[in-house]
Amino acid sequence: MKHSYLTALILIAVIAIIAVGSHVLGIRLYDRIATNLLISLVLVVGLQTFMGNSGLLSFAHIGFMGFGAYTSAVLTIPAQMKGMALPDLYEFMKVVEISPLLAMLAAGVVAALVAAFVAYPLMRLSDAAAVITSFALLVVLYTIMNNWSALTNGPRTLFGLPKTTDMPIAAIVAGVVVVVALLFKESRTGKLLRASREDEVAAAALGANIPQLRWRAFILAAFIAGVGGALWGHFITSFAPKAFYLKETFLIITMLVIGGANTVTGAVAGTVLITFAYEGLRGTEGALNAGATGAGQVVGLTEIVLALAMIAVMIVKPGGLFPNREIGHILTRTRRRKETSA
Amino acid sequence: MAFAIQFVIDVLSLGGAYALMALGLVIIYGILRLVNFAYGELIMVAGYTMYLTSGSGLPWLLMAALAVVMAIVFGILTDYVAFRPVRAKSVTAVLITSFAFSNLLQNAALLFISPRPRNVPLPDIFSQTVSIGGAITPVRNLITIAASIVLLAAVAFLMRKTTLGIAMRAAATNFTMARMLGVPANLIITSAFALSGFLAGVVGLLWIGRIGTVVPGVGLEPLLVAFIATVIGGMRSLPGAVVGGFLLALIDTTLNYTLSQDLLKFRDAFTFSLVILILLWRPEGLIKGPATGQRT
Repeated sequence: MKHSYLTALILIAVIAIIAVGSHVLGIRLYDRIATNLLISLVLVVGLQTFMGNSGLLSFAHIGFMGFGAYTSAVLTIPAQMKGMALPDLYEFMKVVEISPLLAMLAAGVVAALVAAFVAYPLMRLSDAAAVITSFALLVVLYTIMNNWSALTNGPRTLFGLPKTTDMPIAAIVAGVVVVVALLFKESRTGKLLRASREDEVAAAALGANIPQLRWRAFILAAFIAGVGGALWGHFITSFAPKAFYLKETFLIITMLVIGGANTVTGAVAGTVLITFAYEGLRGTEGALNAGATGAGQVVGLTEIVLALAMIAVMIVKPGGLFPNREIGHILTRTRRRKETSA
Repeated sequence: MAFAIQFVIDVLSLGGAYALMALGLVIIYGILRLVNFAYGELIMVAGYTMYLTSGSGLPWLLMAALAVVMAIVFGILTDYVAFRPVRAKSVTAVLITSFAFSNLLQNAALLFISPRPRNVPLPDIFSQTVSIGGAITPVRNLITIAASIVLLAAVAFLMRKTTLGIAMRAAATNFTMARMLGVPANLIITSAFALSGFLAGVVGLLWIGRIGTVVPGVGLEPLLVAFIATVIGGMRSLPGAVVGGFLLALIDTTLNYTLSQDLLKFRDAFTFSLVILILLWRPEGLIKGPATGQRT
């Protein structure tokens, strides 16, 4: 157990270094990138709580992020702006205006409730059927966001969210989420779930109620995604449903998978690595576009490189960079080994 | 009466296209137990081949044949890029590589062709309509029905009567045993990908024939349709895929006819709810296939 504390300590230190480091540098662009990174971290670690422990790939995560973002938006857009931002909003909601921190919690709760409701029957499915239904679920969540105009302004951009997410808030939420993920991993539910990941039949024979365990993890993952969505919404302040679809799904899955889906350390490492790679590539793309005037815009280059990286990682190291041990565990083991050899 | 005919034609033409899509996916899944996320992109490839050859002055049928060939080529390419290197490793790894490959192809289309819709040449017959028993229906729906009947029959014949088909079914039932008995594994897998690409190519022509344009994301809807149809029908059974396709078409068409305009926007959400209900009743899908062994 001791190495779990060490892991938590190291990961929180990483978050602190990113937060303080970008602050010390004092460049606004870096500050923005770092805040974005921390928000991605919340989402990726959230996904890890389900995917890492259950071993099932879930595509629906970004959909819950979207639900969180919209929930928080509806609850926090100032009452006098609502007429403009959401003209078709239901009467009784037009007067609602709560503090963004409270709304963030509400966003998590709404996402978790939706997840609890829709996912219960799906958790009985395994393997490919489970992945496919989660993919379909993403499409459904997107369809709802795209068409429920009263609450989301339809496919148009929703604006007017108060900008409350800053670096300290993002860092605190990211830290809390990392601790929650580690606690969940070591909880009874997490351990049983990981047993079912390794051998479904054996775990079931030992009395593990696998659908129930997966369901709990899925709800937790959706809760974190909802909070992450609200966090993102109050950072970006205006967005449309297409922000919560395949492109973003691809990005967070890349982060988690390259880092290593089975460990929280992997989730953190993948997020940091891919954020830097993504920003670097985006910069290159921008430079190419600025240089090649008239020859058409370069779009999609970033995604192509990321896709190639993902395939390469899967071939060389299918478990990602941190396939099964948390950083704390790795460090205590190497130290112990040194002691015994000395 | 006219209404009934209209309804039946709609269900059959949509169901035929859905069934072919689902079949292409299940052929891979049946043998390898692997889901091909890049399947939708084969449809995109067929569409862009049509667009790129549209200025060449070739007869339409030749362009169509070329489009199908390109879909087959990319189908086999999927195997080499996304499946073969990680096949033995883990299910998740393959899901991810095929997802990445799908993204790769889509973004390559974005980068090298255009994010905007491109027109695809279609023969006039695709836009004509005919009247059957008072129901006016586009000829392309009848073409779709005819094509799906022919292809479903051909695939059934291939799987039941030919050596290749029997070998594929043997591999799907028990890969290791089939291999021990002398079935050449890589040949079977390549054939399965080629067949899957062929079906995707033909469906691509029919599908794009409905909309007339191709965009990088055109494969998403067919992919989703194929996914849902296979999950309803039973992931390991070829007849299951066909049944799933037609059932999904029945659900979709019924919703099209019965939902009000306001609710129609949410059709996908309703369809999916029905799928959940079916899965609650039968988690394995409607038709159980053969129990599958190991993949390698």
